[in-house]
Amino acid sequence: MSSSAEIRHTFFQECDDLLEALDDGLCEIDEGVSDQSFDPETVNAVFRAVHSIKGGAAAFGLDELVQFAHQFETVLDSMRSGNLIANEEVLKLCHRAADYLNDLVVAGRDDVDPPKGSSQDLVEKLSGLLPGKLEAKKEENSGAIGDFNFAPAAISIMDDVPGAVSVVSTYVVKFRPHKTLVSSGNDPLLLFRELSELGELKVSADFGGIESLESLEVDECRITWSLEVDTNLSELEIREVFEFVDGMCDLEISKSGPAALGNEQETNLNQLEVDANPRSDAKISSGNDSVGRGKSGSSGGGANATVRVNLELVDRLINMVGELVINQAVLTQCIDDAGVLDNGELSTSLAEFKNLARDIQESVMAIRAQSVKPLFQRMARIVREASELSGKEALFETEGETTEVDKTIIERLVDPLTHMIRNAVDHGLEAPDLRRSAGKLETGKVKLSAAHRSGRVIIEVSDDGSGINREKVFNIAVEKGLIPADSSLKDSEIDNLLFLPGFSTAEKVSNLSGRGVGMDVVRSAIQKLGGRVNIFSKPGAGTTMSISLPLTLAVLDGMVVDVAGQTMVVPITAIVETLRPDPEDIHKLGSENTVVSVRNKLVPVVDLGVVFGHRSSAVSLSEMVLLLVESDDAMSWALAVDQIFDQRQVVIKGLESNYGYVPGVAAATILGDGNIALIIDPEETARRSDKPSESMSILAMEGK
Amino acid sequence: MTLKVLAIDDSKTIREMLRHTLSQGGFEVHVADDGVDGLEKLECVGPDVVITDINMPRLDGFGVIEKIRSQKVYSALPILVLTTESAQDLKERAKNSGATGWVVKPFDDEKLIHAIKRITVG
Repeated sequence: MSSSAEIRHTFFQECDDLLEALDDGLCEIDEGVSDQSFDPETVNAVFRAVHSIKGGAAAFGLDELVQFAHQFETVLDSMRSGNLIANEEVLKLCHRAADYLNDLVVAGRDDVDPPKGSSQDLVEKLSGLLPGKLEAKKEENSGAIGDFNFAPAAISIMDDVPGAVSVVSTYVVKFRPHKTLVSSGNDPLLLFRELSELGELKVSADFGGIESLESLEVDECRITWSLEVDTNLSELEIREVFEFVDGMCDLEISKSGPAALGNEQETNLNQLEVDANPRSDAKISSGNDSVGRGKSGSSGGGANATVRVNLELVDRLINMVGELVINQAVLTQCIDDAGVLDNGELSTSLAEFKNLARDIQESVMAIRAQSVKPLFQRMARIVREASELSGKEALFETEGETTEVDKTIIERLVDPLTHMIRNAVDHGLEAPDLRRSAGKLETGKVKLSAAHRSGRVIIEVSDDGSGINREKVFNIAVEKGLIPADSSLKDSEIDNLLFLPGFSTAEKVSNLSGRGVGMDVVRSAIQKLGGRVNIFSKPGAGTTMSISLPLTLAVLDGMVVDVAGQTMVVPITAIVETLRPDPEDIHKLGSENTVVSVRNKLVPVVDLGVVFGHRSSAVSLSEMVLLLVESDDAMSWALAVDQIFDQRQVVIKGLESNYGYVPGVAAATILGDGNIALIIDPEETARRSDKPSESMSILAMEGK
Repeated sequence: MTLKVLAIDDSKTIREMLRHTLSQGGFEVHVADDGVDGLEKLECVGPDVVITDINMPRLDGFGVIEKIRSQKVYSALPILVLTTESAQDLKERAKNSGATGWVVKPFDDEKLIHAIKRITVG
């Protein structure tokens, strides 16, 4: 049986889902706010989310959360009922309220004080949306019986009633049920039973309302009762017994004396005495002295069949799948070495084994895959905060929210993305007056998008700001000694200077992006994930930062190649095609550079053997195989290798934690023969070989 | 005799709490995730009392009550409304739909069990 700690855990888990639903809903309303075209059901869903958080929070005594949720809920409720028109201003406030609600939930979960900051202001603004309404609600509450107050502390009404204690009085209760009383599931007998718990009870029934047996209806009560109860409790408590049937009966309660007893019917009363001593079995059993266990009902029974699994288990599974893939490679190698690969049955089984291993791997990956939506929602908040702090109006747009990425990657993207988004608002966008004079809308745009492209995930942060001031960037880089003053750099190289350690263009360190980390930290975080980050900028039009990531951190499909006697792996996803060039398609450019003509397009050739220092000069290209690779921004290169061995799944073993970051090398893997091969990052490798010699100083500085 | 309770609430937290509290209180507890689910389970569980939330997706508490009451066989089935609403009009609406009584969240164990006992014969 669930302990309260477990229920508490459930609550906070549920809160996460509810907060996500809340954010979702608000964004959906955002989209239709201009023409009020949003679905009213969305407003309902948003209301329910806040409402459910409030309901759960109250049970755990999280008063501050309850009160704020109540305030928020009241606003949403009037939006729901049409009393409050949802406009951009209101929505903005709702977003902030959702953020703060999130903070309160986190504070409640971690059992710390909630953040103070702007909460008071927020509460005031929220109540400002409802002129007079909240006050009215409060009054209504205090007038009601304590039971109806949502606040955990029950109000004791008894204190207000003078002379309510210890004196035993006789109350006469006249009770005439309406037709609806029985049809609402109430039962007069049960009311009497409860009344009898207050004190000595005498019941007399009047059957005068029954005309004939035939006219009786099962759900209709035609009997009226007169009850006498001796109790030291107040009239209020007697009324409380009839709380549920209020409005479903005529009820008169008077204190003592037959004089107060009803009038005309008295003579008709067929007296009926009922023994109504308090029944011991009607005593309420408290939560602890359990009466019977009660079979636990249908277990869970959720509509959507999902299970929550400990992440450690999934990770273990992933590791084992990795080992399985290695083992399969070893097995294949052994069978090949033994020279029995021709055996039809054996090779069929082996092929089957490979397929199964792949299926398992893909299924496990699917378990870990999550949509980037929650991540993007977090970023919406960062934009709001950044725009508030910097005084720049920013509109946040997202695209491709449903793109699925490995969970670990998503988690590790939070920090770099946060930084990039802050940068986009703080440095990317111009101040409103500058935008106006540049003929742009005062509200800047920050866009976050995700997409799958050629087996990788591309995440882009773009803004429509002024773009990178290249002159300034260049000067700063020279000033800080990052590059020689006489360097001649291409535009894209200048843009990428931003990623150098120790670079910061902000003239004044703002309390936003200038938090002690630079873009170099962003880049190294992305590289640790096997990713790349690039920056593209157009003066006056904006900047786009693009992150390219592998789909998973565990396994990849690789082409195993021979490079000057070394075995290396090139990710298949990067390879567009492989070709053996005709000698007439190969052209020399100067002394060092070679290009190959592929369908009338000239593509630079990169000899992997030279790049990685396995040989000093290029050998005859006609002997080699070219792997045509394409970058995210549609640049192409032809990687020259000596020979293609095989195409297979390889397990990714990170180099960084064991060795360090090596430019151009994404990771390593273990081959079937137990040897280690490097997995190269084709784009990085190609870009590096591409650079003119004068910028090699940047390369040198980048290797940490 | 062990009384059977069907508890309908879209909040998992509340469902867990109801299950916990009511099992401890000696009831046989069945839960449903929303109004539609609740009506489906009503048939197979055959509860002695129904507890339902008001604000739920697909079918809200009022709808649940009305649907239950529309079946003659359930015309006297005790139904408790469980809600954080303090507003009088919601209680009125629940009553008009045919609710037997209500419990306001956050409920404490005693209050909840008391509310059930006062409307059930067990």
